[in-house]
Amino acid sequence: MLSAVWLVPALPLAGFALLLLAGRRLGDPLAGWLATLMVAAAFVAGIVTFAGLLGRDEEERAFTFRLFEWLRVGGLDVDVSFLADPLSITMVLFVTGVGTLIHLYSIGYMHGDPRYDRFFLYLNLFAFSMLVLVLGDNLLLTFLGWEGVGVCSYLLISFWFERDTAATAGKKAFITNRVGDWGFMVAMFLTFFALGTLTYSGDEGILQRAPDLPESTALGIALLLFVGAAGKSAQLPLYVWLPDAMEGPTPVSALIHAATMVTAGVYLMVRVHPILEQADTALHVIAVVGAATAFFAATCAVAQRDIKRVLAYSTISQLGYMFLAVGVGAYVAAIFHMVTHAFFKALLFLGAGSVIHGVHEEQDMRRMGALRAFMPVTAATFIVGWLAIAGIPPFAGFWSKDEILAAAWEDNVLLWAVGLVTALLTAFYMSRQVFLVFFGEPRWREADARSPEEALATPEHEPSAATPARGDEEAHVGGEPHESPWLMLAPLVVLAALSIVGGGLNLPGVMTLEHFLEPVFGDQFHELDLAGGVQVALAVAAGVGAVLGILAAREVYVRHRLQAERVEPELLRRAWYIDDGLAAVVDGPVEEVAEGAAAFDRRGIDGFVDGVGTVVRAGGSRLRVVQTGYVRNYALGMAAGAVLLLGFFLARATL
Amino acid sequence: MTVDDTWYLILGAVLFTIGGAGLLVRRNPLVMFMCVELMLNAVNLTFVTFARTLDDVGGQVVVFFVLVVAAAEVVVGLGIIVSILRRRPGATADDVSLLRG
Repeated sequence: MLSAVWLVPALPLAGFALLLLAGRRLGDPLAGWLATLMVAAAFVAGIVTFAGLLGRDEEERAFTFRLFEWLRVGGLDVDVSFLADPLSITMVLFVTGVGTLIHLYSIGYMHGDPRYDRFFLYLNLFAFSMLVLVLGDNLLLTFLGWEGVGVCSYLLISFWFERDTAATAGKKAFITNRVGDWGFMVAMFLTFFALGTLTYSGDEGILQRAPDLPESTALGIALLLFVGAAGKSAQLPLYVWLPDAMEGPTPVSALIHAATMVTAGVYLMVRVHPILEQADTALHVIAVVGAATAFFAATCAVAQRDIKRVLAYSTISQLGYMFLAVGVGAYVAAIFHMVTHAFFKALLFLGAGSVIHGVHEEQDMRRMGALRAFMPVTAATFIVGWLAIAGIPPFAGFWSKDEILAAAWEDNVLLWAVGLVTALLTAFYMSRQVFLVFFGEPRWREADARSPEEALATPEHEPSAATPARGDEEAHVGGEPHESPWLMLAPLVVLAALSIVGGGLNLPGVMTLEHFLEPVFGDQFHELDLAGGVQVALAVAAGVGAVLGILAAREVYVRHRLQAERVEPELLRRAWYIDDGLAAVVDGPVEEVAEGAAAFDRRGIDGFVDGVGTVVRAGGSRLRVVQTGYVRNYALGMAAGAVLLLGFFLARATL
Repeated sequence: MTVDDTWYLILGAVLFTIGGAGLLVRRNPLVMFMCVELMLNAVNLTFVTFARTLDDVGGQVVVFFVLVVAAAEVVVGLGIIVSILRRRPGATADDVSLLRG
C-alpha cells in the first residue's frame, strides 16, 4: 500500500502531459474535468498511503520509496525518492484535498475563458510540483518542486497577460521568489559541505545527523533556509509579491496564494527542524519575523478596498502566525494552523471569487453591499470562513490559533501580546469585509463610488475592464448580482463544513494530529507545559479578542459611529508605503548605481577587451610586411638566424 | 695512407657554404632545390666523419634518417616544382609569391 506514494505526484504529472498533448481538443469543460480527476486520484493515492502508514507501528511510520538514481557526481548522491511520513502525508492530504475542490471550482469559474485548457494544464503542473516539494526525500528534490511552484505561480498570476498589471505582478512574484531561492541554494551547498549529503531520511540523512553540526554552521543553514522560506511564504521583507499576485484568476489566489504554495516555507522549516533546534538564534529570528509579519500584514488588511487584497494581506498575516509557531518550537501547532488555514482561506478566496463573478468582475468592496440576499449560499459559507479566521469557537481557526498563542505565551509574553493584538485586528478586518460585502445598503448601482482623482490614485483597484472577454460575462454586464453555478458552490459548502469541524483534528485533550505527527519530531517534540487554568485563560483571552474585533467593526461599518475613513488611513492602505518606498529606491539610487555600473561596463570592461583586440590587430598589420612571399627572403632569414646562433655558441665557448 | 679527418670536415663546410650561397643567390627553383640537397649531404659527410673519429655509430644512424627524410622531401618538392613549371614555364622562385602577407 505504501508504494502507492509514487502515484501521488505521478497522476497530476500525467494530467499535465495529457493536457499538453490533447488539451485543446478536449476543450471546455472536458479539460477541466480531466485535471480535476487527476488531482482527485492523487488524493485517493494519498489516502491509500496514509492507510498504509497507519497500519504500521508508530515508530516505523517513515517509508522511503526510491524511484531511480538521479545524480551521482563525486560525493554527491541524489536519488529521486519519496519520503512518506506523518508530516509529508498530512501535507499531501490537504494539498490534494483542497486542490481537488479548487480544481472543481475552476471548472465553473474559468468557463468561457479562451485559454481554458492552458489554465488546467498549469494547475496540474502546479499540483505535481507541490507534491514533489512535499514528498521529496532530499533537499534537491524539494528544491525542484520549490522552483516548479515558483514557475507555475508566475504563469498563473500572469495568466491574463493582456493586462499590464497581471504581467507585472507575475514578474514581481518570480523575481521576489528568486531572492528567496538564493538563500535556499546557498543553504543547500552549505548542508552538503557540512554533512556530505542532501537526503533527509535514514541514519546518514541530514535529519539524524543534524546534532553533529557545529552551532555556527547550523545557524547559517537555518537562516539561509529561512530566507528561502520567507520568499516563498511571503514573510517580511519578501512579502511584497503576494498582494500583487491577486491579479491572477481567483482560483489561483485560493490554490497557490492561500492554501498550498505559500505553506511550502512553513513545511520546509518544520521538515528541517532538527537543524533549527541546533541554532537557538535562528528560532528567535523566525519567531520575531513571524510575529512582526503577522502584525504588519494585519494592519495593512484593515484599510484595503479590493476584496482580494484584504484576503492577501490576511494570508500573509496568518503565515506569520505559522512562522511564529515554528519559532517557538510549536511545530505541530504550525502544521495544525496550516491545515485549518488552508480550509478557511481557500473558502474565503473561493467565496470572494464567487462574489466577483456575481457582481460582474467588480472587486472594489465599496461597490458591493447587501449581497447576502442575492447570493445566499456564498454569503453563508463566507460567514463560516469569517468566523473561522476570526477565531470564534468552535470554528477551526480558533483551535489552531489558540494553540499557537499558548505556545507563544510559554516562550515570551511579548510574542503572545503581538499575536493577540493581531488576532483582534484579524477579527476586525474580516468583519469589515463581511459587513461591506454582504450587509449594509446596496452600492453596486452607484455609477462610480469614487471621485475621479481617487480612481486615478488607486489604479490597482480598477475593475478588470481589460479581462479577456469571458463568454457568459458580456451578456449580463451591469445586471443584478446573481448567485454562482452549483459547480462553484459545491466546493464552498465542503470547505465550509471543513472550516467548522477542522478544529477537531487537534482538539485540546484529544490531540489526534499531535499524536500522529509525534514520531516525526521524536526527542525534539515540545509538549506544552502550561497549567490547565492558564490554557483556559489564554483561550478565553483569544476568544474575547476576536469578539472585541468583531464588535469594533460593527460599530464602524454597521452603525457608522465612526467615519470609515478615520480607521483606514492612507498609510495602511498603501501598506506603510513599503511598495512606494521600494519603487522610489529602485527608481532613484538603485537605477543610478545601475547606470554607473553599465557605463563602467561599456567604458572600463569593454574598453579593456576592445583595447587588447586593437593592439593585436595593429601589431599584426605592422608585422605582415615581413611575409613577403619570396623564398629567398625566408632563406636569408634562416641563414641569418643560423649565423646568429653559431655566433652565440662560439662567443659562449670562447668566453 | 689515411686522410686526415680535418679535410673531410673542410670539404663538408665548403659544400655546405656552396649550397647555402646557391640557395640565396639563384632564382631557378630546380637549382635551389639542388643546393638544398648539397647542404644536406654536406652535413651527412660531417656526421660520418665524426662517427668515425669518435668511434660512435650514432652519427651514421643519423645519416640514414637524413637520407630517408631527404628522399621523401625530394618526392614532394619535385612534384610541386614540376607542376608549377608545367603551368608557368620558366618561372623563377620570385614569381611564386602568392602567400605574402
